[in-house]
Amino acid sequence: MDGTKTETGIAVRSRGAPGTAVWAAARPSPLKKMKKVWRLYVLISLPLIYLLLFKYWPMYGAQIAFKNYIVTKGIWGSEWVGLKHFIRFFESYEFWRIIRNTITLSLYSLAAGFPFPILLALSLNYVRNERFKKSVQMITYAPHFISVVVMVGIILELLDPRNGIVNTVLKLFGLQPVNFMGIPEYFKSIYVWSGIWQSVGFSCIIYLAALSSIDPALHEAAVVDGASKLQRMRHIDLPGLMPIAIIMLILNTGHMLDVGFEKVLLMQNPLNMRTSEVIDTYVYKVGLASQAVNYSYSSAIGLFKSLINLILLVAVNKIAQRTNQSSLW
Amino acid sequence: MESTAIRESRSDRIFTVINYTVLSLFLLIILYPLVYVVSASISDADAVIAGEVWLWPVRPTLDGYTAVFRHKLIWSGFANSIMYTAAGTLVNVVMTILAAYPLARKDFYGKNLFMFLFVFTMMFSGGLIPTYLVVKDLGLLNTTWAMILPGALAIWNMIVTRTYFQTTIPDELLEASQLDGCNDFRFVWSIVLPLSGPIIAVIALFYAVGHWNSYFSALMYLKSQSLYPLQLVLREILVQNEVDASMLIDVAEQAKREGLRELLKFSLIVVATVPLLIVYPFVQKYFVKGIMIGSLKG
Repeated sequence: MDGTKTETGIAVRSRGAPGTAVWAAARPSPLKKMKKVWRLYVLISLPLIYLLLFKYWPMYGAQIAFKNYIVTKGIWGSEWVGLKHFIRFFESYEFWRIIRNTITLSLYSLAAGFPFPILLALSLNYVRNERFKKSVQMITYAPHFISVVVMVGIILELLDPRNGIVNTVLKLFGLQPVNFMGIPEYFKSIYVWSGIWQSVGFSCIIYLAALSSIDPALHEAAVVDGASKLQRMRHIDLPGLMPIAIIMLILNTGHMLDVGFEKVLLMQNPLNMRTSEVIDTYVYKVGLASQAVNYSYSSAIGLFKSLINLILLVAVNKIAQRTNQSSLW
Repeated sequence: MESTAIRESRSDRIFTVINYTVLSLFLLIILYPLVYVVSASISDADAVIAGEVWLWPVRPTLDGYTAVFRHKLIWSGFANSIMYTAAGTLVNVVMTILAAYPLARKDFYGKNLFMFLFVFTMMFSGGLIPTYLVVKDLGLLNTTWAMILPGALAIWNMIVTRTYFQTTIPDELLEASQLDGCNDFRFVWSIVLPLSGPIIAVIALFYAVGHWNSYFSALMYLKSQSLYPLQLVLREILVQNEVDASMLIDVAEQAKREGLRELLKFSLIVVATVPLLIVYPFVQKYFVKGIMIGSLKG
């Protein structure tokens, strides 16, 4: 992937150094090339072992989704049952609810979370007071470092039906206190907006970087032509942000089905389960947390999700390639 | 932007006013919950329950904090988290460098194949249960290793590190040292590592924060409470509302107990976040740098 023309060009010129590998006028055999850098294989062996153990072995193990996995019989010994577990999932009354929850939750956070970091970055870009700029950045980045557990703890405290600050305010206006976490309809909004609160500052860094790489000459020319700041923002900054914004969108879409699983799991309670159950939490419950664990059924659901994710990622990337120059690979 | 210093037009002045207003609004919305939590944690329990705390602490007390530090699990949680974070980060950094350096080398035969093996795991995974079964088969369940090994390498960080190596370590350096009879091990150890201070700091920070904040692998792999990291202890108290009665031992009346429970939660939120907040001002710029390195393709 890096074998660009310039690189080989340089390598040819530095012919005097026998150590470089691309010094290959006579095309040595692969074995020779491998022998020359054998130490690099030693270096990478540990990460490779890790990859095989903790990434590829599970992929191999995912075949239990097509089997009736029985612990004592092991992966090989268990019998094949074909698509039984998948069909059971598709036909279960939970299926549509979980899929709908997963998709709406991720689309909601995608749509709501997308504009704010851009807005913040654009605003910050026009602040000339360095101290104000620094303090806004410092404070908006901070929530990013709060753990999910603490984050959810804060949400629960603020929204507590009896003594949370939000309900205190409601009471002040003579309204009835609301048990926010117990109302299924509110779950998604609480999830999404608390997520934006936590990540807006940090996500804007990448847009700030993009803005700083825009040629200042463009701005100068625009000022000479009498463009207002708003016009400069619209015609210079926004187009400059587009490529990176699209890449971010692709990245996020590719992981559409892994909605912030850890946070959802923490925010769930029996009252809001109707709207808060997503694929990942369901997999966890069926496979690990329930009384009668069902490894095979749970793996089937997980595999289904991984496949859809992969397809989405490839598809979105294709679309982006067609319509725009920027794509992931 | 400096060029606009000439004289602002009317519309630009309006723009500036709106801009500062919007930013101040962002600032307030983000800051308020943080200030409120800290204030509540040092306020009187009754005042918190009665909703008297708005912004500043009311009748300051440290009851919540004494309750926090009387909790046995919180101490062990702290100790465990520190241990997992230190050991885990060390393993992470070593693994990341071991993977990133060869992949950054142009003459590494089979580079593309290896790269594909790594990147593919970002897009597709066996899933939660198969991974759990692997950890179980390896006999790591309920051991410290379960907190370190399954996440020993983050591919994204590896790619960032590789890009850094490719862009900052010139090929000429490698050629020159090879002429002097330096082998690849020696080159990594005495040339690449000393030149990679910034990237190592950045990825170590990313990994460390990840370890400190993670709870899910502990939830999956650990059974005994003595191994629980802080976040899992927090989960029980903050989210599942399981406050150990024994820690409220010297408070008899139910009402006060209830108040202390609330207070304890606020204090706990602060205590759990403080280690990060203390280092935050110092490390913030490195995180920004890390994001920048990650975002720019080399």
